[in-house]
Amino acid sequence: MNIIVCVKQIPDPAAPGALNSDSNTLKRDGKLVIDDSDMYGVEMALQLVDAAGGGEVSLVSMAPNGETSGMRTALAMGAAKGVLVSDPALQGSDALTTAKILAAAVQRLGGADLIVAATESSDGYTGTVPEQMAEVLGLPSVTFTKKIVINGSTLQASRQTEAGYDEVTCTLPAVISVTAGVVEPRYPSFKGIMAAKSKPVEQVTASDLGVTPVGWDGAGQKITSVTQAEARQAGEIIEDDGEAFNKIVGFLENLKVI
Amino acid sequence: MTLNNIWVFAQATNGAVNTATLELITKARSLASSVSVFVSGDGAAIAAAVGDFGATKVYGADCGAHLPGVAMAAAMKSVIDGGDSPDLIMFPQSYEGRDAMARLSVKLNKTVITNNVDIEDSGSGVTVTTPIFGGNTLVATTFTGSGPFLAAFRPKSFAPEASGGSAAAVTAVVVPDLGAAGSAQVTAVHVEETSGPKLDEANVVVSGGRGLGEADKYAMIEELAKLLKAAPGASRAIVDAGWVPYSYQVGQTGKVVKPSVYIAAGISGATQHMVGMKGSKNIIAINKDKEAPIFGIADLGIVGDVHKVLPKLIEALKARG
Repeated sequence: MNIIVCVKQIPDPAAPGALNSDSNTLKRDGKLVIDDSDMYGVEMALQLVDAAGGGEVSLVSMAPNGETSGMRTALAMGAAKGVLVSDPALQGSDALTTAKILAAAVQRLGGADLIVAATESSDGYTGTVPEQMAEVLGLPSVTFTKKIVINGSTLQASRQTEAGYDEVTCTLPAVISVTAGVVEPRYPSFKGIMAAKSKPVEQVTASDLGVTPVGWDGAGQKITSVTQAEARQAGEIIEDDGEAFNKIVGFLENLKVI
Repeated sequence: MTLNNIWVFAQATNGAVNTATLELITKARSLASSVSVFVSGDGAAIAAAVGDFGATKVYGADCGAHLPGVAMAAAMKSVIDGGDSPDLIMFPQSYEGRDAMARLSVKLNKTVITNNVDIEDSGSGVTVTTPIFGGNTLVATTFTGSGPFLAAFRPKSFAPEASGGSAAAVTAVVVPDLGAAGSAQVTAVHVEETSGPKLDEANVVVSGGRGLGEADKYAMIEELAKLLKAAPGASRAIVDAGWVPYSYQVGQTGKVVKPSVYIAAGISGATQHMVGMKGSKNIIAINKDKEAPIFGIADLGIVGDVHKVLPKLIEALKARG
């Protein structure tokens, strides 16, 4: 069982996000970290490979400046190798171009039995890339999965819906997106962190992968303005002195809710 | 370009179209003279309902047991290839909507823009508005090149208003052979509905977060919700932790709510959560940490322990009968 996990390396989510003033793209100059949402996919892939009794987990990522620090976290958790697509020409790429790039990176690794992604990234959250990759690769897909079991060449998944969840089956190879909280991501061990430093990450460009056009040229959209939304004003804030519940009762009475 | 022909990706359960669909049809008819809807299943079941909001045509595709996204995208592509090519397709920001638009974007080689809250046609360009950074910043993005443009909209972006139109004309669409992609099949459906009013339609919503401390304490939220005839909700943190089902989740990846009163108990106000509730008319927040971001948007903020404030509030409401 060979599994490829798509990992996004994003600006530290603890720092407030900002846009580059010239291009209106997200600032990604500093050190990037692995998107928390992707930790679940990495963990699930490692567990599925273990359960299958053999195989390996590989990574694909697209990031500026040859950044691999987020990928190293996943390698330290137990992934074996990765392909990083890093190319200044990719700036401004839309979700469709991203999906084409990642699909080509998957093919460069020789494909896999299963391709895993998060449902959406924590910085851009378009939420369509996994399904677009599946279509580019001509594969079935199950998005928003919460639970995965693999029996031979069949995958069984619980898939989130607006009202609850569906049980879904599909044949492998396939693409899945996994929701947060499905598994408990492991902490990399010291040994894992040391080993990750020497694990192979091949760096390629968009043209190495034969994907054109990319970046703003390939995007069927352009940002025309960025404005501040009207801020909601804070109201009355009080410290609870044991009687604050009365304030709430009064507030609800005023609104005729009670 | 000017929009003449718009499609709306509709969603219906047992023949009843959902509110998000009616919101999109209402907006579509203000932008274009011709509005059609595309639905999984029997178009006839919703023809009157969508006609009443201004759609004149409904395409129904029988997806069988297929996961709908892949089958719907293939059906839409076949209608486009057959000559009815829309200038714009409006999708709801839902699971099926996102899947279908993602598949279709590859088939048409067209970009997708998701998470929108507004759309405008200036005559020379079609521009959508997307809130980022938790809604503090609005980005306007204009589609380039030719249509069909593919855009997904968050629920409650537009107010649904009936136009009193007659039933839409029904066309059945045959889903083409899906190849390997068609192997994803739904084998069972599980509904985890909450009791009381529906979360995204309730006049009052009471949500709990990690500040409750442990799963058992969520009972306080349910009790308070019952007393206020409210829907109980939750932050992503406690859904991820498995305290309550996903269908309770309010936020970016959960439900968008705009009740007249929203009570956030033990919720700090992560961007993820605020995006889903900041449109509420009145917000009451209870949190121990006076620096919690939720207080920045609360009309009434109580800096205090939910384990003390909620029981007293529940007692007071019970005493009123």
